[in-house]
Amino acid sequence: MAEIEVSHLTFSYDGKRDVLSDMSFRIGEGETVGLIGANGTGKSTLLKLLVGLLSDHQGSILADGVKVDKKSLETVRRKIGYVFQDSDSQLFLSTVYEDVAFGPRNYGYSGEEVEKRVMEALGQVHMEEYRDRQIYRLSGGQKKLASIATILSMEPKILLFDEPSIALDPRNRRQLIHILKEMKGLKLIASHDLDLVLDTCQRTILIAGGSIVFDGNTRDILTDEKLLRENGLELPLSLSRST
Amino acid sequence: MNKLQQAIAMLHEVDSEAGRSGDRSRIHPAARLFVNVLFILLTVSFHKYNMMGLLSMGLYLLITGIWEELSFLKGLKRIRYILFLIALLGMANLFFDRNIIFQFGSMNITGGMISMATLFIKGVFTVYAAYFLLMETGIEGSCAALGSFGIPKGGVTVVLLTYRYLILLLKEVQRMLQAYQLRAPGQKGIHIRAWGSFVGLLLLRTMERGKDVYDSMLLRGYGGEGLWKEAGSRQISSGLSVVYAAAWTLALGALRVFPVFQIAGSLFG
Repeated sequence: MAEIEVSHLTFSYDGKRDVLSDMSFRIGEGETVGLIGANGTGKSTLLKLLVGLLSDHQGSILADGVKVDKKSLETVRRKIGYVFQDSDSQLFLSTVYEDVAFGPRNYGYSGEEVEKRVMEALGQVHMEEYRDRQIYRLSGGQKKLASIATILSMEPKILLFDEPSIALDPRNRRQLIHILKEMKGLKLIASHDLDLVLDTCQRTILIAGGSIVFDGNTRDILTDEKLLRENGLELPLSLSRST
Repeated sequence: MNKLQQAIAMLHEVDSEAGRSGDRSRIHPAARLFVNVLFILLTVSFHKYNMMGLLSMGLYLLITGIWEELSFLKGLKRIRYILFLIALLGMANLFFDRNIIFQFGSMNITGGMISMATLFIKGVFTVYAAYFLLMETGIEGSCAALGSFGIPKGGVTVVLLTYRYLILLLKEVQRMLQAYQLRAPGQKGIHIRAWGSFVGLLLLRTMERGKDVYDSMLLRGYGGEGLWKEAGSRQISSGLSVVYAAAWTLALGALRVFPVFQIAGSLFG
């Protein structure tokens, strides 16, 4: 069963100041959870720890029942897909097809299976017609969708998104929200875009100073102006207009 | 478009034009690499005064260029700086080799002049051959060819990542240069006092970007070879590749051994 379980997680880059401190939570199968907090509160750090890009933490992380540590990285990375904040960091081959096929090829799938996975992944983000397009010819929104497809082609059970709507125009952002809603599986979305979180996540975790301040229903937290303000955030635009 | 943007656009163009589909792309990159290396070795093996023999090797480039529909002019534009460097190097021959070989009217033609010309032609041919190889197979295809010749995968990865890193580096330079120029109107280039911090920051930024890209590769199961191995095996016809390599081996051997232009001249003369 695909789930994430974090227990007493503490992490520091320099060994002096804890970026994450004694953090514990569990995300169940099929849940879509928002991860919010002001800049520098450790959202990206947490995602990188979950996928094993950062190590030497205290406490434990279980991803789909596997303990995340240096020995289990290969297994963990087959289970978790991580969409980078900056699409240019995710896309490095010449065409959309080559980049989306990169993961499945590395995992040794046959040519037919690779083709099938690529087309399915591109279909999920409605990018089939761009399969042979040069990456550098894509717009920012298309790059974001292509970078999501590079992860979907590996069919991970768990999806982590780091600021997925950053630098997207309203139309691309709306399309992204639609695609996020369509996607199955466990999703953890770290974002400053509270409207996107409101639209896509049933549950939200608010972190501040490396600790969890709130973990519960998205609408409950995103309507709590006082709590948001205390933690360096503001009401989502859609809610602030209606209040 | 400034020179930096032109360089980035050129790299992207090479990427998009390289390894186009069609019958030609069914030839294995290893066969192409083999023929190109053979061509280069035979070309540089010509004696420094054997200009006519050397020129006959140009037939390979001519036929390849036409067959692959590659533009010689575009190629010349892209490799012009390297050719300029070769011309500069060749000029030294004028001073070291002053033996008079023959007279052209009242002008003495020295060995230095001829060897300078042959050196330049050798340079043009070898650089064109390398450029054509890249255009025929793409960087991934070239790496696939290197891999199939037994070059250690670590070395091949370095070649490929260096090529990709070059694009990242150029893009970062462009971003930083734009940010600098927007705050230094009227200033040409970067002030010498800013060079230290500019270069330092550039390295840090590209290293960070490079690390992100590498992390993204690791997260998608990268184990050191997936980048190029498929490029060397898709839609490949083994028979066509063998025929291609064999035919060119014979043809290049003939061009090297026989004075083709003289034979043709005597036939029509």
